[in-house]
Parts: sequence; structure tokens; C-alpha cells
Amino acid sequence: MNPFSSGTCLRDMIRAIRACKTAAEERAVVRKECAAIRASINEDDQDYRHRNLAKLMFIQMLGYPTHFGQMECLKLIASAGFPEKRIGYLGLMLLLDEREEVLMLVTNSLKQDLNHSNQYIVGLALCALGNICSAEMARDLAPEVERLLQFRDPNIRKKAALCSIRIIKKVPALAENFINCAASLLKEKHHGVLITGVQLCADLCKVSSEALEYFRKKCTEGLVRTLRDIVNSPYSPEYDISGVTDPYLHIRLLKLLRILGQGDADASDRMTDILAQVATKTESNKNAGNAILYECVETIMSIEDDGGLRVLAINILGKFLSNRDNNIRYVALNMLMRATTLGAQAVQRHRATILDCVKDSDASIRKRALDLLYLLVNDNNVKPLIKELIEYLEVSDQEFKGDLTAKICSLVEKFSSEKIWYIDQMLKVLSEAGNFVKDEVWHALIVVISNASDLHGYTVRALYRAFLTSTEQETLVRVAVWCIGEYGDMLVNNVGMLDIEDPITVTECDAVDAVEVAIKRHTSDLTTKAMALIALLKLSSRFPSYSERIKGIIVQNKGNVVLELQQRSIEFNRILQKHPKFRSALVERMPVLDEATFSGRRAGSLPTAISTSSGAPSNLPNGIAKPATAPIPDLLDLSSDDVPAPSFSGGDFLQDLLGVDLSPTPAPSGADMPPKASTDVLLDLLSIGMPLPVQTGLSASDILSSSQDDKAPFVNFNGLASLSSLSANATSPANAAPMMDLLDGRGPGPQKSEENDQAYPSLVAYESSSLRVMFNFSKQRGSPQTTLIQATFTNLSSNVYNDFLFQAAVPKFLQLHLDPASSNTLPASGDGSITQNLKVTNSQHGKKSLVMRVRIAYKTNNKDVLEERQINNFPQNL
Amino acid sequence: MIHFVLLISRQGKVRLTKWYSPYSQKERTKVIRELGGVILNRGPKLCNFVDWRGFKVVYKRYASLYFCMCIDQDDNELEVLEIIHHYVEILDRYFGSVCELDLIFNFHKAYYILDELLLAGELQESSKKTVARLIAAQDSLVETAKEQASSISNIIAQATK
Repeated sequence: MNPFSSGTCLRDMIRAIRACKTAAEERAVVRKECAAIRASINEDDQDYRHRNLAKLMFIQMLGYPTHFGQMECLKLIASAGFPEKRIGYLGLMLLLDEREEVLMLVTNSLKQDLNHSNQYIVGLALCALGNICSAEMARDLAPEVERLLQFRDPNIRKKAALCSIRIIKKVPALAENFINCAASLLKEKHHGVLITGVQLCADLCKVSSEALEYFRKKCTEGLVRTLRDIVNSPYSPEYDISGVTDPYLHIRLLKLLRILGQGDADASDRMTDILAQVATKTESNKNAGNAILYECVETIMSIEDDGGLRVLAINILGKFLSNRDNNIRYVALNMLMRATTLGAQAVQRHRATILDCVKDSDASIRKRALDLLYLLVNDNNVKPLIKELIEYLEVSDQEFKGDLTAKICSLVEKFSSEKIWYIDQMLKVLSEAGNFVKDEVWHALIVVISNASDLHGYTVRALYRAFLTSTEQETLVRVAVWCIGEYGDMLVNNVGMLDIEDPITVTECDAVDAVEVAIKRHTSDLTTKAMALIALLKLSSRFPSYSERIKGIIVQNKGNVVLELQQRSIEFNRILQKHPKFRSALVERMPVLDEATFSGRRAGSLPTAISTSSGAPSNLPNGIAKPATAPIPDLLDLSSDDVPAPSFSGGDFLQDLLGVDLSPTPAPSGADMPPKASTDVLLDLLSIGMPLPVQTGLSASDILSSSQDDKAPFVNFNGLASLSSLSANATSPANAAPMMDLLDGRGPGPQKSEENDQAYPSLVAYESSSLRVMFNFSKQRGSPQTTLIQATFTNLSSNVYNDFLFQAAVPKFLQLHLDPASSNTLPASGDGSITQNLKVTNSQHGKKSLVMRVRIAYKTNNKDVLEERQINNFPQNL
Repeated sequence: MIHFVLLISRQGKVRLTKWYSPYSQKERTKVIRELGGVILNRGPKLCNFVDWRGFKVVYKRYASLYFCMCIDQDDNELEVLEIIHHYVEILDRYFGSVCELDLIFNFHKAYYILDELLLAGELQESSKKTVARLIAAQDSLVETAKEQASSISNIIAQATK
């Protein structure tokens, strides 16, 4: 005999493991045991097989790998005796799950055991099948289970019923085979069979509408009768739980009635009496009774009803809400949430109680209550509720603050009737929990501030005050820095003082101090520091006397290890030193940000899958959405008359203006800017590191006109990747011509494609009677995943296309970046074309090929035309 | 439906796990660690429900053991509390005032009882008596088989003496 296997019995092994003082000791014991078991398995030792398996189950429970024992389960199941089978099936359920292929080997044994003469062996097989069967096994063994639904012993029938649930969940197509048997189970007297039968019917209704119809017609009456019998049944000790007869059966019956009554007035009508009886007669001082009431309320809420019962239900929930038991309050909040969709008025009565629950010490209750309260807020109660919530924000737990902040911000935004109230509340939130505020929320705040011209002074002073008291909140610092930069002069001169404000004396020095604090905080991140730099630049023109000091602060960042900051400070320093006369024009106050487009963009961009930047939502996809390409020509055609109102995107726009686009995509060009004033354009150019035009010594309008002369290269500046090289070049005494050079040199599309595109044939991506789109492909060296596509659009009709706009969307595994198009006007009859560069990164390179959905919009003869197409015929291996 | 049942001791040791939905071995370890952290750290007066990854976990403490069941969002939490209690009562009746040690050394018995109570993540039997009767019948089947085996081996032993 094997020297190992004779060793310990199960009990000894458990003792040995429990005696271990350290994890290492335990591992050693387990390793030794496992070695012994393996040896025993290799010897094919029959006597100790069941003991080995029992040990393995214990070891598995401790979290050690036990896959080597799987075959032992199968051997035990295949043996003849009940004890072996019992432990074998237990091992099967514990050591395997439905995804393991070994499981398929057991199908045959299961089939035999389902037909076994010993009913307990049949029971074991049903239990294993019900707990771990896969879809294939379900298909193979469904007929056996169906037959067992009529087995003589009720204990097998109930097991077969639950097993059927697993089968129809795995293979919904089998549902119809079970409908008749399930219906006959509903007539049983045995509680176990009845419970499982009702459950089976409920699950059948979920997967098959045919079953739902059948049960609704044939069984509603019977179920109501069964429920009535059970409600009125005399005391029976076997099923009694704290004074209620079989609450489990109650609950399952109510659940099935709910499914049958939903959306069917007739069926609902037949069950109203019994529901009313359950709702009024059930004892509510014990958990079992409350569980039934809870289920009953849910059924009342779900079925079609005139309202009488619903009042009863809401009253029950009201009682629950005032219960001292946390569990009951939790479920009440849960239910009230669903009730709000039916009648918010009735729920509103409990508002004060719900608000108390938000402040509960229990995280589960807090979360539910907050969700519920969120639904209850309306125009009338928003102010006091928000006040309460913000007060609570001060004392709430750290982990709850995130949730709470998001809800408050969303409510404040939704119900902001007055701007000053909105700004006030947001400032409170920012100073309490600014670190939890999402990017889009403070972006929105800035948009609102920018629009509220009469509140600029008030806001900047309030922010300054808040900033002095709490510098830990990142987003507060950002908003404060932005406002000080923009409205610094109002801060100092107390412009636009409101009556409610306390006067405050801030010197220019104080304002610069504040921004300096922000830039020097250790906790400030890149975005904040970059914003602070811009604010400093702006302040330098607002407070000329502090120009030198500001220069000093900016220069300190010249050696910053973060390229973005380094570059900014070098550029800004340059502006301060060399171009004092442009400075004031450059850093004029921002134009008012467009609220409508910003909110529209936010709403539009959130749910759609068009976003290709897989990361943060704040990182709005620049190249994809429609506004990015369109306004470029506007920028170039400043002189022309037909400048359409630019439809720029709020998100990009804001990021642009802030100059904080730190996303991996190249910084958006000035293209997104409205052509309102040349200084705005410049300002934006500036923020993406294009001090170049200023260097040339041309006036702003000169630059624009010069860029008009040669549109193509100017457009390419969006592709500028290495900004540092640009800065280096920019210092040379440049004029218009070198600038063109520089820009020309940046046009990567055509040159690259000449080098590389032999490998891929060009593709006519789209051709209609009016338009042809050609794609030329090329790859960047060293990155096979990335494909550069040059799209060429040719007009085949005899009319000029205006406002030409090409958009593309890709599935999640691709990333798409669109550069701006060379023009938005497409001359008629193929007499010229528009080109546009796309960059596609395929994260599944080699596995999936490219696919793209494109949409082309343009105006011809003053008519809007929209063409859409899915492109599937990309060359392989792109 | 019940997705899994966990019994965790106050020290975070796993005493029983039963999975009705497929979880890989890795996921199982992760789930246990995660939930153990959440549940063991909850105060005694808090409610017995925890929101977890879009599911609800209902737990109840009996002496040094936490009984946890993970259910769907729209299941009845109060009923699951009752099911847990139901299980504990059956265990109590079977072992005679059950304690953690009973469940450690006779973990397979605890599983057998659970298998008579729950199947495919649904309740199977609401009568404690029936469960006890079924378990007793199966236990006696095992006993008879063992006796037979030992008597046969005795006969063989005597014959070969």
C-alpha cells in the first residue's frame, strides 16, 4: 500500500491545518496532504478515494488549487454505491463549474443516475444537474428531467422542478416543453412541490411569452385560490414561522401573481381582493410577516390597479419607514423609489423621514435614501433640500461624499432658476468637497459664470474668499484661478458690488499671491498648474505694475520636468519680454461661452458610443464629432461675407480656452474658435503653443490674411505634434515665408503615404452619383496598429457643395482621430477635391479588420444633404 | 435567485461556499475577500443588506459565523433573511445546538443539508421536518452500506485467515 495514503484521516487533516499558527505552516501542511492525495490518485487507490475527495473539498475551501481531483469525482460518481455517489456529486458541485470541459464526461453517468431505481440517487443527480449544468447538458438531459416532474415521490418532483428552472435559463428554447408539467405542479398539495412549481412557472414566464399567456389564462384563478387557502389556513406546526403559515409559499405566490397581473387588467382585477386581504391581515411585528407585506406591496405597485390598493401599499411603506429596524427601513426606501414613478405625491409626505435616512449611520440606508431623495426633489422643495444636503456634506463620511456631491451638483444644475443661487451652491460644494466634483461639472460652472456678466465681480470675490480658506479642494482652486485670471481687475476694484456682499479689500499683490499659491501647491496637478500659468499671463496685463513679479513666477517653471508647463512658461515669458504691445490684446477677457452648445454637447456626447477616446469622459473626442472640421474654413475666410455661425463644441471649446487640453490627442487647433475677433483666435493659438504668429511681427490680421493665401499648409497645423521644435524655430527672425515653410514641413500625410503606401491599395470607400470618397492607406513605422488614412472627396455633380462635413465613427476596439479637412467647399464636377487625414489605431490588430461608419453632410443648391454609409471593405491587416 | 452562499467566520475564515452562478476559482477568491472585508467591518446595529456590484448581499451573524447570500436586485431581502434562519435552525436540529466546530469537521454534512434546502439558487423545501427526514434517510443508507462493506471485509478476512 502507498505509504502516504495510509496516513491521516479527514478529521486529523483538519486538526493539523487548524493547529497551524502561520500561513506558511498551513501551506506546508496542505502541500504535504496534496502530495499524498496525488500519489494516492496515481495509484488508483479505491479504498481512500472518497476520503481523498473529502480532503480536497476542505483544501479547496481554503482557496488552494484542487483541479487534479476532478477526475476522482467522476470515478466516484460512476461507482455503484450510494455513499460514493453522494460524496462524488458533492465534489463535482464544489470542485467544478459549468465552464469546465471535464463536466461533459459526467453527462452519461448523470443520465444513468436520473433513471436509477433508488430515488435518493435520482435526487443526487438532479441536485448536481440543477446546480452546475451547462447548456449542452441541459439539452441532453431535459427529457429525463421532464419525465421526473411526474415522479411518484414529491421530493423528486420538487428537485426536478428546480432543475427545470436551470435548464430553461440555459436553453430558453426548451421552455415550451415544460409549460404543461409546470401547470400541473400548481395543483399539488405538498408545499415543497408547490413552492418549486410556482417558482418554475415564474421563470417560465420570464423566458417565454407563450407561457405567460398560458398561465395567465389557465392558472390565475387557481393561484388566487391557493393563496387564499394558505392565508386562511389554520395553525400547522410544520410550516409555521412566527405565526405565519409558510411565508415562502406566500411570497412565491405573490411573485407569480405579480408577473401575471402586470400589464393585464383582467388578471389584475381577479387578484385585488386577495391582495387586499394579505395587505391588511398579515402580522407585521415579525420579519416573516414583513417579508410577505413587502412582497405584497411590490405586487400591488406592479399590477394594473385603480389606486385604492396603492394607497394601502404606500401606507404600509410609511409604517415601514418609521420602523426602528434598519432592515425594514431599507426595504421601505427601496420600494418607495419604485413607487415614485406611480405617484410622487404620496411619497412626498415622507420626505422629512427620508432626509433623516440620508444622514443615517448605515451606508446601505444612506445610499438608498439619497437615491430616493434625488427623485423627490422638485422646483418647490429644491432650496431647503439642497441646503440640508450641503450642510450634511460637511459632516458626511469620505466614501459617501462622492455620491452625495454628484447628486447635489446634478440637482443644483437641474433646478437652477437663478444664476446667483446656482453659483453660490456650487461654490459651497466646491469648497466642501471639490475633490469629488467631476470635470464636466466645474466646466459647466465656468460656462455659467462666464454668461453671468453682472455677477463676475461677485463670483471672483466669493471664489477668492473661498480659496483663502480652503486650498485642499483641487476643483475649487481651478475655478478660482480661472476667475482671478479673467476677472482679476474686478476682484481688486470691487466692481459690480452686490448689496448682499461684505466689502473686501484685495490688492493686486494679493491676487497675484493667490495664483502663486496655486501654482506652488504640492498637491496641484498639471491641469491646475497650467491654468495658473495662463491666469498669471492674464494678470500681467491686468496689473501692469506686477508684470515683473509675474515674469519671475513664470520663469521659475522654465525648467519644469513636465513638458507642457515648461513649454508654456517659456512661451509666456517670451510674450512678456518681447511683445508688450500685443500682450494686452492677447489676453483680453474671454468671449462669453455659449451655454446652449455646451449643454447640448454634454447631453449629446454622454450616451453615444461615438467617443473614441476610451478614457475619461472629460476628454471629449476632438476629431470625431462634427464641429471640429467645419469651422476651420471660417477661420480662414474671415473676410468673406457668408461666414456661417460656427457651431463649435462646448467641451473642446472650453478646454481650448483654458488651454488645458492635456489629452493624448494633439491639442485642438484654433479651428474651434469663433471668428469673432482676431484676438480671440490668437488667444487660442497661444494656448496651444503657437506663439509663432506673434514672433513674426505681423499684426494679427496680417497673419490671418497671409494664411488665407495658402490654406492647405495652415490647415495642417493641426497635425503639429512636436511643439517644441516649433518653439525653437519660432525664435528665428521669421516672417510669413518661413512660417509657411515650417507649416509645410509639418504636413505629414502626403509624404508619409508616398513612402509606405505601396502595401495597401487605395480604396473607393464610398461612391454615389454625386460624391466619391477615396481612402489612401499608410502605416507609421514601428506602430503596426496605427493606420494613417488620407481621405479624398471628389464632387461628381455639377453643383458646388458648401459646408462640406465628413464624420466617422468606429467601434470600441478602434481609436479614431480626425484632422481637419482641407476645405469645406467642394468645387463642382471633380474640379478639385477636399482631403482629410484620419488616424486609426486598431487595438485588435491582426484579429479584427477595420470598420467604420461615415456620414457626409453638405449643402448644395441651398439644400442640406446627408449621406451615411458603413465601410466594411477595408484591406485586411490594417 | 441566490447566486452564492458564503459562511465566513469572524476571523475571515471560509467555512462553506456554494456557487449557483458560474464563478471561476479566481473570481471566487476575490469575491470572498471583498465581501469578507465589507461584511466583517459593518457595525452590529446596521441593516443586514449590502449593495455589491449590482447585487444585494444579505447576511446575518450567528455567534461567530456570518451567513451571507447574494441575490438579485429585485429579490426579497427579508425573505432571504428568513431562509438563512431556516438553514440555521435545520443545522441546529441536526447537530444539536450547532457550533462552528461542527461545521468545520462535518462540513460535508452542512453541504448535504444545504443541498436539500436550496437547488439552482432557489428554495426547495419550507419544512424543516422534511429536510431532516431526507437527510436522516440518506445518512442511514450510507451507514448500511458501510456496515455491509465491513461485514464483507470481515468475512473475507475470516476466510483468508
